[in-house]
Amino acid sequence: MILKQKHLLGLEGYPAEDIQTIIDTAFGFRKVLERPIKKVPSLQGKTVANLFFEMSTRTRISFELAQKRMSADTVVFSVSSSSLNKGESFKDTVQNIEAMKIDAIILRHPASGAPLHLTKFVDAVVINAGDGTHEHPTQAILDMMSLQEQFKKLEGLNVGIIGDISHSRVALSNIYGLTTMGVNVMICGPSTLIPPHIEKLGVKVSYDMDEVIDWADAVIILRIQLERMGTGLYPSVREYRALFGLSVERIKRHNKDLVIMHPGPMNRGTEIDSAVADSERAIILDQVLNGVASRMAILYLLLGGKTEEN
Amino acid sequence: MRSKKQSRELLLKGGTVVDPFRKEKYIGDVFIKNGKIQKVGDVNYKSSMTQVDCSGLIVTHGFCDIHVHFREPGREDKESLATGSQAALAGGFTRVCVMPNTDPPLDTPESIRFIVEKAETLPIHIHPIGAITKGQKGKEICEMAAMRNAGAIAFSDDGIPVSDGEIMRLALEYAGMLRVPIINHAEDCCIRNNGVMNEGEISTRMGLTGNPDIAESIMVNRDLELAQLAGSILHVPHISTAKAINHVRRMKKEYKYLSAEVTPHHLYFNDEVLVGYDTNLKVSPPIRTEYDRQGLIKALKDDVIDCIATDHAPHTIEEKERTFDLAPFGMIGLESCFGVVYQILVKESGMTLEELIPKLTVNPRVVMGFQTDLFKFGIQAEIAVIDTEKEWVFKETDIQSRSGNSPFLGKKLTGKIQFILSKGMFTEMT
Repeated sequence: MILKQKHLLGLEGYPAEDIQTIIDTAFGFRKVLERPIKKVPSLQGKTVANLFFEMSTRTRISFELAQKRMSADTVVFSVSSSSLNKGESFKDTVQNIEAMKIDAIILRHPASGAPLHLTKFVDAVVINAGDGTHEHPTQAILDMMSLQEQFKKLEGLNVGIIGDISHSRVALSNIYGLTTMGVNVMICGPSTLIPPHIEKLGVKVSYDMDEVIDWADAVIILRIQLERMGTGLYPSVREYRALFGLSVERIKRHNKDLVIMHPGPMNRGTEIDSAVADSERAIILDQVLNGVASRMAILYLLLGGKTEEN
Repeated sequence: MRSKKQSRELLLKGGTVVDPFRKEKYIGDVFIKNGKIQKVGDVNYKSSMTQVDCSGLIVTHGFCDIHVHFREPGREDKESLATGSQAALAGGFTRVCVMPNTDPPLDTPESIRFIVEKAETLPIHIHPIGAITKGQKGKEICEMAAMRNAGAIAFSDDGIPVSDGEIMRLALEYAGMLRVPIINHAEDCCIRNNGVMNEGEISTRMGLTGNPDIAESIMVNRDLELAQLAGSILHVPHISTAKAINHVRRMKKEYKYLSAEVTPHHLYFNDEVLVGYDTNLKVSPPIRTEYDRQGLIKALKDDVIDCIATDHAPHTIEEKERTFDLAPFGMIGLESCFGVVYQILVKESGMTLEELIPKLTVNPRVVMGFQTDLFKFGIQAEIAVIDTEKEWVFKETDIQSRSGNSPFLGKKLTGKIQFILSKGMFTEMT
């Protein structure tokens, strides 16, 4: 095995050299994706189950596409979180699926810790596709790949993460991954959406978005969940936009080279203006393409696939 | 574990008697006749006696746990009064108080009588705690007088805090009239915010919703002030935070009808153990920080915390195998209690055995108004005989409870119960 860990559950404590290996491998697969024929036989004969216990569009499609490009056999299982709450046994579901001889499980689950929990019940390789408000490691890896593509190296970069940090698995995985890779991280958002003791994870905290933009080489704008309106976490969309929205005016004021990222889906006009999201500075669609390449690399490295040359 | 009827004349010979009532410790014998204490001190063996060699062992009062969940009626798949009694015996407990969060809850004199009658034939003393409010809904107080007369020893809505301050005041005033303790699970439910573990660095790292320490301390402070206003007896269950301890410490200087308990698991663990998402460590109130844990140990030494109670909370393996957010709160604790607290308090924290024993015997009995002089002539014997030097690993075979949700499995503990005398029965641990 090339990577030190059997599973990819999260980036907390994940070795820097393994993150780099995944990113470097992903750049190789990115070339595959740019060919007219985008399919390689690397995972022929391997079976991957995508278990999505929570709604997802882009992550699920990205994983499925990655598997198909690698010639793996795939199955998809989707269930709404509401039926889970009705007492369906998570353990029974996954053990039944694994009994059909599965090599890897891609798990999206509303509960933090669910992927680790899963490893106690199954022998298959487990890849976390987002667990509750905990981690979303493949997203962070594709973000780091995109940063490396822009800046050639990660170490020493200044990256701001702006938005609802408390409820964001993207933020947490990026904090773990980026700090491991020697990137300086500043998080920013309403004080009600900054988790307690976050600075102990080695990041700076700012409530001033302009300060973050001045400092940063790149910013990751997080989706603000409009359904949290009315819970007292923030007073209104217009106030959020005024304080933490990446607006055209704000970008103009700073007049600097800033790389803009967003994991999607975006609320255009709230956390990011359309004109900013569609501008040259934004690499949001590159992130999507890198997502497929990163997931191909992760599957390849964890499932021990063969390269074309072999 | 083997139980049999006690011999008519039973001599516990040559043990180290720890008498937590008289605060004495000496090598001596305990002679029990027809199940009752005949003499404690030097007793000469006669051929009519059955002698049990207790040399090298501690002979003391049977333990009393004022906070357990035996799940009957309603969830006998998790525990019953009968299986819970076996778990208690294994831990050296001869007397327990069962919480009223059963299905239906113990909120009427009839349901209290059900427990009392069912417990009569069981080998330990079981006292029901009645619900404070009907259906534990926090709205209307129960028929406390009739329930007390039926055998309710105290009142608590257990896992559900009495959120409405006015209802809490009324409950304290009414229970105060009856001189019965009120036990309130002290958490401000708004501030708790559905937290599933302690709020702090660890909860942030794990992506879990945190329950901040002030959810407890704010409620404890409210309850203390209300109890003082009403002149009533308040017992604070499973205290878990340094901040709540500060309130109790301050209030104890000016108000005497006040007591507090701590669980073995809050003394043993800090929140860093949660990182593996082990649902057996999901408890309410949550396992707190190392700072809080040290505060609990100190408060127990200083008598700010009066007693140790396990909050024995059995759950099925199916429920505990759910994901962390959905798994129920609680762990079993009776069987492992002494080994855990002796290890933490005596072996690691400089407490003496003579300081520890009252926390499991006299003090909880004082809280509930039970007989505290268990070596008095004529008292029905409630005795635990302990090998404090015994080092052992807690295993599934040590569990008598119907449920196995213990994070102590596999842990090395020190001090193990050897014999228990309770309600005319002699139980030997094997």
